[in-house]
Amino acid sequence: MKEYHYTGPVEHKFSPYAFNGGTVLAVAGEDFALVASDTRLSEGYSIHSRDSPKCYKLTDTTVIGCSGFHGDCLTLTKIIEARLKMYKHSNNKNMTSGAIAAMLSTILYGRRFFPYYVYNIIGGLDEEGRGAVYSFDPVGSYQRDTYKAGGSASAMLQPLLDNQIGFKNMENVEQVPLSLEKAVQLVKDVFISAAERDVYTGDALKICIITKEGVREEIVPLRKD
Amino acid sequence: MATVSVCQYHRGGFSFENCKRNALLEADINKLGFSSPAARKTGTTICGVVYKDGVVLGADTRATEGMVVADKNCSKIHYISPNVYCCGAGTAADTEMTTQIISSNLELHSLSTGRLPRVATANRMLKQMLFRYQGYIGAALVLGGVDCTGPHLYSIYPHGSTDKLPYVTMGSGSLAAMAVFEDRYRPNMEEEEAKRLVRDAIAAGIFNDLGSGSNIDLCVITKGKVDYLRPHDVANKKGVREDKIYGRPVTGNYRYKHGTTGVLAKTVTPLNLEVVEENVQTMDTS
Repeated sequence: MKEYHYTGPVEHKFSPYAFNGGTVLAVAGEDFALVASDTRLSEGYSIHSRDSPKCYKLTDTTVIGCSGFHGDCLTLTKIIEARLKMYKHSNNKNMTSGAIAAMLSTILYGRRFFPYYVYNIIGGLDEEGRGAVYSFDPVGSYQRDTYKAGGSASAMLQPLLDNQIGFKNMENVEQVPLSLEKAVQLVKDVFISAAERDVYTGDALKICIITKEGVREEIVPLRKD
Repeated sequence: MATVSVCQYHRGGFSFENCKRNALLEADINKLGFSSPAARKTGTTICGVVYKDGVVLGADTRATEGMVVADKNCSKIHYISPNVYCCGAGTAADTEMTTQIISSNLELHSLSTGRLPRVATANRMLKQMLFRYQGYIGAALVLGGVDCTGPHLYSIYPHGSTDKLPYVTMGSGSLAAMAVFEDRYRPNMEEEEAKRLVRDAIAAGIFNDLGSGSNIDLCVITKGKVDYLRPHDVANKKGVREDKIYGRPVTGNYRYKHGTTGVLAKTVTPLNLEVVEENVQTMDTS
């Protein structure tokens, strides 16, 4: 057994990061994209806010979901919005989803040695009007996906999406392309289940639906415990 | 007449028989690169209040493993004796086993004395065991009951200290619950008011503490009667999946047809068994 000594004053390192919880999810369809997040902001065992959504609208065709450390989420979205304006002013057009994704990757890698503690997922329409999802890690590695979950309950949601949208581990199944109604229903169901088992996910769900008409929002209540 | 106790050999002092073995096992596991399994804690909000005719104990029903909910409806109010119940917070296995050991010993004690057990006796037994283990048994308990001397309520901490009070809370949601108690507690409440107060205190823990959740269990103990209300209040229901949108059926039904899981290979091994002896034994159904 370890012996107990009093070793004198102990220095505790200050941590610049905090974990504020939250889950984000994005799905790309034939002509639409969805970005959904829960609205709970927590720290430790406490809840800071029940109404703090993690989806941020960037343009009429792109929404970004950010979860992790809320301080870095806010700063990062401010920086992205500023860069979008700069691009608009110098190039006289809005940034496309792919361009925003590429730019975010460079912004994140610029802080390689003191990263933004943020898990980003961009959802939007590409130049041809098809749905696009780009998922990132905290230092800027990214790829284009059809669907991706990030944040505290990502490990619970991702396998279900792999099965229902990617038709993984299933045989003799008709691989119907995902319709908007089915996708919205799936996202709601999946968050209901995540709220059951993940303490950081709950309160309410906000879904941003991106189509060629623009961005529409839907809010659904979740468990509050 | 000497009291008999089961499962424990009281040699006096501290019993750390397994600590060296545990340390060796931990080192071995770490060498292989794994970490030893973490004990499941209950997160928890538990509380108790003494009112005019007895005590009311309350608890939430969520058990967490890290920040994942392991059990959405676990029972945290444990039976000690017909007139004494105990709520447990901390490590789930510790609260379960500790209360079972003391319940068993208390039953033997009660048979030996020929009397209904007293709350103070259960308190003594619990605190002496927890102190013997120097806080390594992570059980924080709220013990309550009614005996021949009246209603009593104790809070017991993992290191073995106890407090005898008219209202107590324990667990990660104890601050939320205590806030409600400090606002609305009065001595000699009626039963309905006491039940409402405990229910509201646990609800405060459920909604404001991430380690507590799901439903509210209550246990009302009076002289000669125990009301074990599980659940007293289903404070949180699972979200309902709509399986129709605008009348058209959509997803929400996640059943799979037969044959969905692919069979990659199939091997049938016949077991060629020989009947050696056949014996028929009729059952006594008289």
